[in-house]
Amino acid sequence: MPRPRPLSARLRALLTLPAFALLCGCDMVVLNPAGDVARQQGDLVIVSTLLMLLIIVPVMALVVLFAWRYRESNKEATYSPDWDHSTSLELVIWSAPLLIIICLGAITWVSTHLLDPYRPLSRTGPNQPVAANVKPLEVQVVALDWKWLFIYPEQGIATVNEMAAPVGRPIRFRISASSVMNSFYIPALAGQIYAMPAMETPMNAVFDKTGVFQGLSANYSGHGFSKMRFKAHSLDQAGFDAWVAEAKKAGGNLDRAGYLQLERPSEGEPVRRFAGVEAGLFDRVVNMCVQQGKMCMHQMMMLDAQGGTGKAGLHNVHHSEDKTSATGTHMHGGKSFVGELCADQQDVAVGAKPQTARPVKQATLTGAGLKQPSAKPTPIAPSVASETRPRPFS
Amino acid sequence: MIPQPAPVSPILGKLSLDALPLHEPIVVATFCGVAIGGIGLVAALTYFKLWGYLWKNWFTSVDHKKIGIMYMILGLVMFLRGFADALMMRLQQALAFNGSEGYLNAHHFDQVFTAHGVIMIFFVAMPFVTGLMNYIVPLQIGARDVSFPFLNNFSFWMTTGGAVLVMASLFVGEFAQTGWLAYPPLSGILYSPGVGVDYYLWALQVAGVGTTLSGINLIVTILKLRAPGMSLMKMPVFTWTSLCTNVLIVASFPVLTAALALLGLDRYAHTNFFTNDFGGSAMMYVNLIWIWGHPEVYILILPLFGVFSEVTSTFSGKKLFGYSSMVYATIVITILSYLVWLHHFFTMGSGASVNSFFGITTMVISIPTGAKIFNWLFTMYRGRIRFELPMMWTIAFMLTFAIGGMTGVMLAIPPADFVLHNSLFLIAHFHNVIIGGVLFGLFAAINFWWPKAFGFKLNEFWGKVSFWCWVPGFWLAFLPLYIMGLMGVTRRMRVFDDPSLQIFFVVAALGAALIAAGIGAMLVQFAVSIWKREELKDVTGDPWGGRTLEWATSSPPPEYNFAFTPVIHDLDAWYDMKSRGCERPLTGFKDIHMPSNTGAGVILAGISTLIGFALIWHIWWLVGVSFVALIGGAIFHTFNYNRDFDIPAETVAETEAARTRQLAGA
Repeated sequence: MPRPRPLSARLRALLTLPAFALLCGCDMVVLNPAGDVARQQGDLVIVSTLLMLLIIVPVMALVVLFAWRYRESNKEATYSPDWDHSTSLELVIWSAPLLIIICLGAITWVSTHLLDPYRPLSRTGPNQPVAANVKPLEVQVVALDWKWLFIYPEQGIATVNEMAAPVGRPIRFRISASSVMNSFYIPALAGQIYAMPAMETPMNAVFDKTGVFQGLSANYSGHGFSKMRFKAHSLDQAGFDAWVAEAKKAGGNLDRAGYLQLERPSEGEPVRRFAGVEAGLFDRVVNMCVQQGKMCMHQMMMLDAQGGTGKAGLHNVHHSEDKTSATGTHMHGGKSFVGELCADQQDVAVGAKPQTARPVKQATLTGAGLKQPSAKPTPIAPSVASETRPRPFS
Repeated sequence: MIPQPAPVSPILGKLSLDALPLHEPIVVATFCGVAIGGIGLVAALTYFKLWGYLWKNWFTSVDHKKIGIMYMILGLVMFLRGFADALMMRLQQALAFNGSEGYLNAHHFDQVFTAHGVIMIFFVAMPFVTGLMNYIVPLQIGARDVSFPFLNNFSFWMTTGGAVLVMASLFVGEFAQTGWLAYPPLSGILYSPGVGVDYYLWALQVAGVGTTLSGINLIVTILKLRAPGMSLMKMPVFTWTSLCTNVLIVASFPVLTAALALLGLDRYAHTNFFTNDFGGSAMMYVNLIWIWGHPEVYILILPLFGVFSEVTSTFSGKKLFGYSSMVYATIVITILSYLVWLHHFFTMGSGASVNSFFGITTMVISIPTGAKIFNWLFTMYRGRIRFELPMMWTIAFMLTFAIGGMTGVMLAIPPADFVLHNSLFLIAHFHNVIIGGVLFGLFAAINFWWPKAFGFKLNEFWGKVSFWCWVPGFWLAFLPLYIMGLMGVTRRMRVFDDPSLQIFFVVAALGAALIAAGIGAMLVQFAVSIWKREELKDVTGDPWGGRTLEWATSSPPPEYNFAFTPVIHDLDAWYDMKSRGCERPLTGFKDIHMPSNTGAGVILAGISTLIGFALIWHIWWLVGVSFVALIGGAIFHTFNYNRDFDIPAETVAETEAARTRQLAGA
């Protein structure tokens, strides 16, 4: 019965294939990225694989060996048809995988906390701690149908379908979306996190190599999804300054009206730059109140937390004439929204500065060193900064 | 891009001639093919006067064996459709480079990948698994049928009704363009105003009723109808895994029904459960759908674990190693499968503690699963292994599934998942476990139990051709995906701009072509075997030297399965009987009480499907009329007192005498 031979030969060929792929020089960006976070994530892929191969390889080898040795035609092999139990063997069977999982579990607990995208970076590379006075570069990201908007509040510029950051400087992304769920993913940088409408997800990252990298949406979001790609430039400081200057030179100002124009669905949008951005635009996007006269979500939540406006609130529901705008919600065949009250207060709230969190000491591995977000509802939402927002599930 | 709502007519709802996709040449060509084939089939059935036979002996049958076979046929037909979708995707992705848009536009491609996922899980894997359990479980426990035979027939037709709705969407209207789980807000009315998501919702709701009822039916069957002496710990492993699977079905499918009902309310009644505004939260849907979705994965794989246990033990000529540890491993997997759902969306923004909790629970599942693999391994140890087709598939499974399990644990580490989530690595992983586990297991099961169902073995040559196309074809199709996942390539892309990727997609397409050859060889295998059934005939009822009760009866089993209910003394009941030299009783037969066939299942499921269709197209009068008809029909059926009959003792004696002669001739 020669069947096991081709099986094992095929197996060996299969195992060498990935190695061959590595040698042939494919760009395995996940294993060879350009950011400290992605590098640690890629290392985890390799470490976990090696750990599991400790058990997978013997099992596969034994399958082939037993299949060959105990083939029917081999009459010399022992045959014990009634042997069906061995306590010591059972012990090995259950404890060997258990030991591996204990190791992997420990690695998982530690690395999940250390590489939590919410966590401000404490290092930009091995043995390169972030100094206390370094302020991360804030980049506000909005996934639109089907393009990416990047707002740089520090520089006062905005770009579409192109981002850049100076190499070695921690970046703090604040990510949201205009209509449906996307996933913000620069494979070379720091993994991905969902970009969701009416919500903000943060991601802390840093480039440790200069270059141009691919960015994309990793979560299907509709017909134009495939072309929702952008270039992420990792530049030296001078290069970044030049990149900012270029945006400044482009002129144009992205205000609320301009944003509503921009968010309309389009595909394969070319790179665009804006020299200025209306203050608080990103917070209005997250709170779904870019549209004139629409109540911001945090204000609505504050009113609801205080008992709501009762039946009187119904009179404040307006209907949008604009059928193509992606904001608002479908109701009674049209699009309706709650009108804003107390416009002044709303602007104050939106304009509030996000708090910057302090980096956490690397030494605390258990996660206990991480500040737990407060889940207590605050009577007046003073800030929409992510640190004070409850996480979706914490 | 957001289309205007179509006008709603009081008679036809949203349905109009515009709903026919006449502008899509591929769909029109497919329709012509299906129409010609369908007309040919109807003509042939009419010419050979088979309609009455089909209706009396199959469609209205409450015999668990016939229903099991019908489930398998449904799964096979839908498998061909789902695989056609896979080939279309592979071709599109192999072509769409260097500025080429490929041959599918976004509207079409997005439907194709959605339909592929929905069909393969709900209308291929589920019918196959349910069909297998339906056929085998009552035989393995020495029962004459399931506990609720009519319900069984109704469940099958509800599942078929769901499949009919999915198939209808190909030619009337459109299917969802949302991905197979239809995440809102994309699947909400605002961003998916067409009927695609409605087809998705109602197809799954109609089929879901069938799945849930069949789960209840099989749990009751296993708990109440076991032959005397068969305690729980003397149950065959396949029956054990079936029990756990059906517990999972009954506990998880209602969650799916509820999640889809809420999404339906959002779409039809403009509630705001999952909308962006007015307090809705799409994250709630994502949680709910995966609270169903993760147990679903184990619903599919557990019965096949049972199959591998039966096959390994039979073809190694040995008792299963570690029966009780196998049973406890299955129970542990059943329980743990409810504690891991969040690993499908580590990247949605949960905290590190939540992510690590779900990551670690996921890894813990690999311990009982690993124990199972070891148990199969030590069943082979000191055995006499016969490499028949079922055993070949089992060995291929053990080698393939080990890799799939490993990549699964990698994905369970949240920080690694942040780079691998939604990538082609993930796609390769779950195809690795679903093809390498569920499909290979089904192929083992089909080759193993075919002689039981039809009385002749399957042709070995074509089975081996299929095997040697499938296994390398699988690796050729999915190894490039693993590699591309590590290159940062993500799923559901219609066009690519990095030309260096094209070669990987071309290789993957070649792998898909090799799998197509494997499927072709399998169909040839069925055809050749039916053609040469006299040569392949098995008269013993026990062609493999089986160990469990289903091999004790004839092949195919008589309508009543067992003339006398067997009494069980040991695990591997039939092996025990054989080794103690039990004689087949030849006299003393009694009348056997059996359930009668009824057309109520077909009719009620047909009306339910019609309600679904009317709801999809907003044909409100039809919704009302058919809903009343459904309730009325169900009440009317309760007055059907013609529910059972007795097979006279003489008939039983004749059938058994024929078997005695057959055995003597063998």
